Amino acid sequence: MLPTVAPAARLSSRQWSRVPASLRPLAQSLRTSIVPVLPLQATVSRAAFSTFPKAAAAAGVSPNTKRALTAEKFPHLKRDESFKKLSEEDLAFFKSILPPSAVTQDEGDLDAYNNDWMLKYRGQSKLVLKPSTTDQVSKILKYCNDNRLAVVPQGGNTGLVGGGVPVFDEIILSTANMSNIRSFDPISGALVCDAGCILEVLDNYLAEQGYIMPLDLGAKGSCHIGGNVATNAGGLRLLRYGSLHGTVLGLEVVMPDGTILDNLSTLRKDNTGYDLKQLFIGSEGTLGIITGVSILTPKRSKAINVALLGLNSFDQVQAAFKRSKDELSEILSAFEFFDQGSINLVKQHLVAGANDPLESPHPFYVLIETSGSNKDHDDEKLGTFLEGLLTDEIVQDGVVAQDTTQLRNLWSIREGIPEALSKTGSVYKYDFSIPVPVFYSMVEDMKARLEKEGILGEDKEVKCVVGFGHIGDGNLHLNIAAKQYTDRITNLIEPFVYEWASKHAGSVSAEHGLGLMKAPFLHYSKSPTMIQLMKKLKDVMDPNGIMNPYKYLP
Amino acid sequence: MAGPADLRILVACKRVVDYAVKIRVNAAGTAVETNNLKHSMNPFDEIGAEQAILIKEAFAKSKKTVDVIAVSCGPAKAQETLRTALAMGADRAVHVETNDDLQPLAVAKVLKAIVEKEKPDIVILGKQAIDDDSNQTGQMLAGLLNWPQATFASKVELAEKAMTVTREVDGGIETIKTPLPAILTTDLRLNIPRYASLPNIMKAKKKPLEKIAIASLSIDVAPRIEILKVAEPAKRQGGKTVENVDELISKLKNEAKVL
Repeated sequence: MLPTVAPAARLSSRQWSRVPASLRPLAQSLRTSIVPVLPLQATVSRAAFSTFPKAAAAAGVSPNTKRALTAEKFPHLKRDESFKKLSEEDLAFFKSILPPSAVTQDEGDLDAYNNDWMLKYRGQSKLVLKPSTTDQVSKILKYCNDNRLAVVPQGGNTGLVGGGVPVFDEIILSTANMSNIRSFDPISGALVCDAGCILEVLDNYLAEQGYIMPLDLGAKGSCHIGGNVATNAGGLRLLRYGSLHGTVLGLEVVMPDGTILDNLSTLRKDNTGYDLKQLFIGSEGTLGIITGVSILTPKRSKAINVALLGLNSFDQVQAAFKRSKDELSEILSAFEFFDQGSINLVKQHLVAGANDPLESPHPFYVLIETSGSNKDHDDEKLGTFLEGLLTDEIVQDGVVAQDTTQLRNLWSIREGIPEALSKTGSVYKYDFSIPVPVFYSMVEDMKARLEKEGILGEDKEVKCVVGFGHIGDGNLHLNIAAKQYTDRITNLIEPFVYEWASKHAGSVSAEHGLGLMKAPFLHYSKSPTMIQLMKKLKDVMDPNGIMNPYKYLP
Repeated sequence: MAGPADLRILVACKRVVDYAVKIRVNAAGTAVETNNLKHSMNPFDEIGAEQAILIKEAFAKSKKTVDVIAVSCGPAKAQETLRTALAMGADRAVHVETNDDLQPLAVAKVLKAIVEKEKPDIVILGKQAIDDDSNQTGQMLAGLLNWPQATFASKVELAEKAMTVTREVDGGIETIKTPLPAILTTDLRLNIPRYASLPNIMKAKKKPLEKIAIASLSIDVAPRIEILKVAEPAKRQGGKTVENVDELISKLKNEAKVL
């Protein structure tokens, strides 16, 4: 069942109020087990994957037609013949160290692991291994390294750049069975857990203790913390709590030769030697497999407010951001932005029938979240700030969530954009770090470029170009929804957007990573000297190159 | 406003622990902890406030006026709830101040006093509050006032001095017609409450909010029900994964004892 997301989420919260108070604790525990399926992008969960073609069908992709393999779409990619092909002996070995349920060979089951959730990449792996202990991972990698079998590590398979799915016949090593929380220190807030723990499960666990995960993203109901660290995921809380390079305290990593690198420190400060864990954060499974994560979690804020604002120009968005840093300062926890095209898609595909937060449409929208320890203090600050924006006509209209239902519904608009896009068509997703002053010009320039070709419009090849993202982090998500992926569209977008970002001193990947999609474009953001050093590091740590080949480095 | 309104609606708005907050029973086992928790307007009352404003907007189309008064009984913080109602579109608010926990009968008596003062045509209440789930106040108020009541409303249509209400009852829906004045209690599907807009939040700060000390009403609000014990339900046990059908059958037989 693929829920019709936002209305269902709304109904469930409304229905919740019908639950007798006496039954609330019980019902709450049921809710927490249900809710992860509801929030928007979380529908892309492993459990929902078997029905995922429905979403694909909605996106105009027929699940029945054999979609092109990654290898066919990118003919310049050739299988590295130094890698061995999987044999019966290899299978026998894996079966000797893993229980039967942890070895998947069935073609139907493999589909969910070979395809990425956007149905953009399709690998040809014949084997998925789902170890449950670090020791098993070590044995698998040692064997693969000795026998030159290529491996692709996979978490929740929610990646956006094709980094977690195989290109050819790489063995998929899934962290799905590694889902234990190992320890939590309620004094320091240090959480140690297996790499396969689902982000939302961890967040719910911490909520019980009054803590919160320092990162949050739309795919929280499916993505694994190990995958988050391997991609250096950013998300919605980065503005407040910083990147994983700061919050990760230690990692346990299995090196390609099977060596276990135990660096699961819970120390906040540790200046002894090279900080090796940093190498693995954002390495996308090319240097080893992260099996354990130690992460510093902040206290969960008691008072949270959310406001959604409508603005007339991007200059006003910038003015509002600048002022929010002055006036909300330490309680500001999110400053998210989206354009009219984005909210229209969400309205069309996800929240049809729900109340419109704002009476009339606006070219730009901003979602502001504050988190603090004292509600009265925060309310007063936010109230004064918003009144100022309205009086000075920086903001034309806005709403403030009056209860948690409204708060969640406002967030679900922002978080629902990626899913609404996927229901619109085949989506070209880009994720740039761009200086805020030129942030939105990229979207406008892209629109102009496609309009000039006469292919942008409701019934044309490209349905829409939308921009949204994290203003607070200078991170723009440029998304282009097309009827289908075609070479013509691709060539109109790329390398144009990468050159654009490079010209404006931006980065071609702010938080999604490089994967298969952006490996060839690394040079737009990194110098040849840096790329050379990266290649040397890869050779030292993975001399046989078995880890996530064909990706990451050009 | 020039002259009396064509219709006057009184909306009861209770301040309760927000539905999303995970509640805990206090150490003494006598009540639920409410300190430092996020509070919001009772969701059913929010639906009531929305309905009053919808009626006001519908009347405005035919050049008729409606006076919407929000009322809440509780501590000073209940004014936040009233400001929410004002920001949604209520015209003014009445805060009956008390730090005591009022039981439904006491609230009904307080509302009766306010009704006698304000003389509304309709009193809208949530069918229940999500904190105590009593589902009594509206009915008791109807009894005290000797007014007709339309409870669990999922649709409301107003005509001249009468109201047609669709109610959700077991096994179907029931449509009733009642003369005014009357009591209306709201069910979930009546409407979806609006967001409070920034301009309206600012306007709400300037709308009149009358404070009334509960003592000045000379009402006996002493509790009639004594709460002996509050306990959490038994913890739900986690699920288990079984390796094969045999294990499943064995567990169903020996552990779950359903076979």
